[in-house]
Amino acid sequence: MSRIRDEVKEKLTNKIIEWHEHTPQRIYISIKPQDLKEAAEVLFKKLNLRFATATGQDTPQGIEMLYHFSFDKSGEIFSLCVLIKNKQKPEIDSLANLFPGAEWIEREIWEMLGVNFIGHPNLKRLLLAEDWPEGKHPLRHEHES
Amino acid sequence: MSHKVIVPIGPYHPLQEEPELFRLYVEGENVVDIDIVIGYMHRGIEKLSESKHFDQGVFLVERICGICSTSHPFAYVNAVEDLAKIQVPERALYIRTIIAELERLHSHLLWLGLAGHFIGYNTVWMWAWKYREPVLDCFEMISGNRQHYGMMKVGGVRRDIKDQDIPMLNKTLDELVPAVNMFRGAVMDDPVIKARLKGIGILTKQQAIDWCVVGPTARSSGVNIDVRRDDPYGAYDRISWSVIVEKDGDIFAKTVVRILEMYESISIIRQCLNKMPKGEIDANVKEIVPGEGIGRVEAPRGECFHYVKSDGTNRPIRHKIRAPSFMNVASNKVGAVGGTISDAAITLAAVDPCYCCTERTTVIDKSSDKKILNGWDLIKLSQEKTENLRKIL
Repeated sequence: MSRIRDEVKEKLTNKIIEWHEHTPQRIYISIKPQDLKEAAEVLFKKLNLRFATATGQDTPQGIEMLYHFSFDKSGEIFSLCVLIKNKQKPEIDSLANLFPGAEWIEREIWEMLGVNFIGHPNLKRLLLAEDWPEGKHPLRHEHES
Repeated sequence: MSHKVIVPIGPYHPLQEEPELFRLYVEGENVVDIDIVIGYMHRGIEKLSESKHFDQGVFLVERICGICSTSHPFAYVNAVEDLAKIQVPERALYIRTIIAELERLHSHLLWLGLAGHFIGYNTVWMWAWKYREPVLDCFEMISGNRQHYGMMKVGGVRRDIKDQDIPMLNKTLDELVPAVNMFRGAVMDDPVIKARLKGIGILTKQQAIDWCVVGPTARSSGVNIDVRRDDPYGAYDRISWSVIVEKDGDIFAKTVVRILEMYESISIIRQCLNKMPKGEIDANVKEIVPGEGIGRVEAPRGECFHYVKSDGTNRPIRHKIRAPSFMNVASNKVGAVGGTISDAAITLAAVDPCYCCTERTTVIDKSSDKKILNGWDLIKLSQEKTENLRKIL
């Protein structure tokens, strides 16, 4: 087992709901939404992982967020998986105050999936046109059912 | 104290291969703030990909970018292969690597030409693009296309590199080396270029880390990352090459990184051509199991990141794409602020943002006395600064 994997496991120990190793290089860690900010701080600031990007997806259980952190010395990607159950009004802590690299992707997820990022310094549209209707989120699946 | 003026660069601007808008807030000559507006090129490809099966998706993501057109399909097939744990034939890995490095060569030459133009070195512009042509000819020979090569496929590649093509590839590389030598000499030994680019648009190492920038933008700020080495894909772990890292974080460092990377690309392609084994080029994948996968590629501009989730049908239920410029362009907020307006053009271009180009640049004074500068005036400002430096030095 690689050193960084042990360290991540040790530092996040009480927050991990599920630890899944798809391959030795791709690790998915499920945590609770309220633990996200602390967990991200540990990975980014203490263990010096790089924030690659975040993925938001609309699932039947809720909005699932994946925060992909890359440890470039070994090429491992640790993805923090958070499930936001409230689909009507999804909310989660913003990471943009921890590192500005999260600012744009949170703006994107906000407009595409309607997730409100609490504490984001500048939550406004990034990609969608100005005349796109309010409250319509293109990556939501509701309109398809 | 002069009043604040807003200088919009874009949405259409000759610096940019794709439209985007930078609002520069200017006091006198100095840029005091910047507002970046993107979205003009948003085509909803992530959404579209959910309706394309895994073979079609490769063609779709190839259309994300016209310059690094193989990086996205490469990252996508890496992601799907990670998801389904597919073993790709050895020869296909080498072919993928050759294509990716040829692409880096033509992309860096393209950037070098543009950068030369913006600081008033139009000869560099013409010559860089002249030497880019033979690289595109190689693509045409291998794939039939100069852009959008359509080489990637889940499980392998679509076309082989034929034995009779190899002499021309080698010849092109041989002829490219003296050209890159010339560019290296022209940039590194020229006092005017040094004076023009050193200490301009600095992104410190800490800023590079905080803004999570990738690729040459990160490497020129002393952040030693390169997906090709860190998380090897293709045949990069089977050959020897080095990652170019510079410390200063200014435009000069960004230029040096890109020029030196061209030597590495040439060496990588040569090694691949020598070591490429005979055999199959396709694993003939029949179905994709449910699951999730992440694929990364070091595109010419940095890490290209794809996340794919499958539910066992023939198309992904989620496909997340993050291009390198998404991280790099945002960092212009620190790169351009604090500089002068004559440096803005080259600073914004130095991260090699991926856009498409026409011109619509104006300087509008917010208060009454309207002063209009168009895109040409901005480039002229930049070129004049170089000219003035030339006279002094």
